[in-house]
Amino acid sequence: MIRLEEVWRIYRVGESEVQALKGVSLEIRRGEHLSLMGPSGSGKSTLMHILGCLDRPTRGRYLFEGRDVGTLSDEERSLLRQREIGFVFQFFHLLPRLDALGNVELPMLFAGIPRGERRRRAREALDAVGLSDRLDHRPDQLSGGQRQRVAIARAVVMEPSLLLADEPTGNLDRSSAGEVMELLEALNRAGRTLVVVTHDPEVASRAPRVVRMSDGELLEEEG
Amino acid sequence: MRPGDLLGFAFAALSGHRLRTGLSVAGVAVGISAVVALTALGEGARQYVVQEFTSLGSNLVIVMPGRVETTGAMPYGGVTHDLTIEDAVAIEQRVAGVVRTAPVSVATETVRFGDRGRSVPIIGTSADYRFVRQLQVAAGRFLPEGSSHLAGNEIVLGTKVARELFVGTSPLGKIVRVGPYRFRVVGVLAPKGRSLGFDFDDLVFIPVRTGMRIFNRSSLFRILVETSSTAELAPVRRRVLALLRERHRADDVTVVTQDAVLDAFSSILAVLTLALVGIASVSLAVAGVGIMNVMLVSVAERRPEIGLLKAVGATDRQVLAAFLTEAVVLSSAGGLLGLLAGLGAIRAFVRIYPTFPASPPPWAVAAALGVSVLVGAVFGVVPARRATRLDPVAALTRR
Ligand SMILES: Nc1ncnc2c1ncn2[C@@H]1O[C@H](COP(=O)(O)OP(=O)(O)OP(=O)(O)O)[C@@H](O)[C@H]1O
Ligand SMILES: [Mg+2]
Repeated sequence: MIRLEEVWRIYRVGESEVQALKGVSLEIRRGEHLSLMGPSGSGKSTLMHILGCLDRPTRGRYLFEGRDVGTLSDEERSLLRQREIGFVFQFFHLLPRLDALGNVELPMLFAGIPRGERRRRAREALDAVGLSDRLDHRPDQLSGGQRQRVAIARAVVMEPSLLLADEPTGNLDRSSAGEVMELLEALNRAGRTLVVVTHDPEVASRAPRVVRMSDGELLEEEG
Repeated sequence: MRPGDLLGFAFAALSGHRLRTGLSVAGVAVGISAVVALTALGEGARQYVVQEFTSLGSNLVIVMPGRVETTGAMPYGGVTHDLTIEDAVAIEQRVAGVVRTAPVSVATETVRFGDRGRSVPIIGTSADYRFVRQLQVAAGRFLPEGSSHLAGNEIVLGTKVARELFVGTSPLGKIVRVGPYRFRVVGVLAPKGRSLGFDFDDLVFIPVRTGMRIFNRSSLFRILVETSSTAELAPVRRRVLALLRERHRADDVTVVTQDAVLDAFSSILAVLTLALVGIASVSLAVAGVGIMNVMLVSVAERRPEIGLLKAVGATDRQVLAAFLTEAVVLSSAGGLLGLLAGLGAIRAFVRIYPTFPASPPPWAVAAALGVSVLVGAVFGVVPARRATRLDPVAALTRR
């Protein structure tokens, strides 16, 4: 379902260039669970952003379900993110002024889904992550683990086929991390493709397929 | 994105910063209330003048001796002919469209009764003056009708003059003196008050020929000509000019129509109103810059939020719409508040000065609201575009 062909991402910083990705080729099948590891600065986040259509390769091709993302307009890529891709971030990125329900409703707001249906689906999604008793809590009234679970509910409420998590447990204690990983894996078992970036070997080893990066290149595959 | 959702999103974002939101709203409110109040006052002043003019007689043509325009050489070495009572009679008898005329001669003199005296304007005129100026008589009658009476010794007192000279007793039939001349009081006017700065309660009327004689005048001060309709004003003016040219063998009078004078006043006041509104608009521009500033700060603060909105699939157009809506909500809330404040101020003003017809014209109310929406839309564009242009990756990662 996903194919990266010789993808380069080069940042210009003043006169010099930073090669964040140096010809990455990767294939991810539908429904796969994949961990992405590597030292800091090796290009994991950069790769995630390209997979999530938030960023575009400087060179090379990215095919999403056979479509060349590089040829899509900004609007088309927005719609692709809206319908097919869910993000989970290390720092949650919840809107502090909205309660759990409001945060989960956010993607549906921009999809133009009517209020009643938004409410219902947000409730269901929060129910699925075990937060049905925290619907009207704002992020500052939730623990880190709970916040990340709200973020997961938000990521899946539009029923995307691809879930991207960039160090989803990086800010959590062990037990919360375990809960979050179990939730993500359950979503993967339900058919969603799951890519998790992590520093934690224990977290990484939960995936059947682990990909290592170093200095902008894919090293080897194991598993 | 649905319009209702857009508004809801904007309200939620704005209510997160109550002080900042309140200040920007207040900025617009001050500007709008100033515009509303000032247009109401300007428009009130205009209507006040119009009322005053019509209360002094409508459909009036006024003839004055001498020419205001200085174009062209005066015949007869610049000598102007006297404007005479016979001219007034001729106008009344020979000019079509004229209902009546009133010759006017004016001087200020002391009117005495016993040991009391009062220095007042003395108007020499005819019986018809009363109809032309729409005066009411409270006691007795006005000056007698008919040309044979133009040289009589009757006097009609303004209500204040009667009160001051006769303190409680009836002046009718009493003899008062103007200089060495004796006059018999035949009537007292009903109170009319000031009109265009002229106090109709503090003057007296005597027959015009008598007035010209005792003031030693050979020319009238004015001839007031009342026409049968407003449409007749311009034609009558032309006919009067032609008649007097014929009688004087020169263009030596100035003839103005009441509505021309009124128009002049009215347009001066309209310009004045616009000038006031212009000044008030400056404060609106300042408020707009304030909104722009607040929105720029907001965009800078909410970079991660904007990145997230893009990550969950908000299109650039939706991000633009969301931030523009915030700016427009700010400014139109200010507009609404300012409108209420302005209307409240006007209401308070009218309570203090009930005779002043101050009320904002409907166009000003509509314009105030329209402008307030516009202020947000215009000054919100720059911040909203900045939000739209934000690179989502940079917005999400730099924290
Ligand atoms: N906007 C940018 N401009 C310039 N260089 C950048 C930019 N973003 C990332 N880089 C560089 O690209 C390289 C890869 O960055 P990336 O964020 O993908 O690393 P990472 O593997 O996610 O690291 P970490 O584990 O610390 O999150 C780094 O050397 C980084 O400095
Ligand atoms: Mg990273």
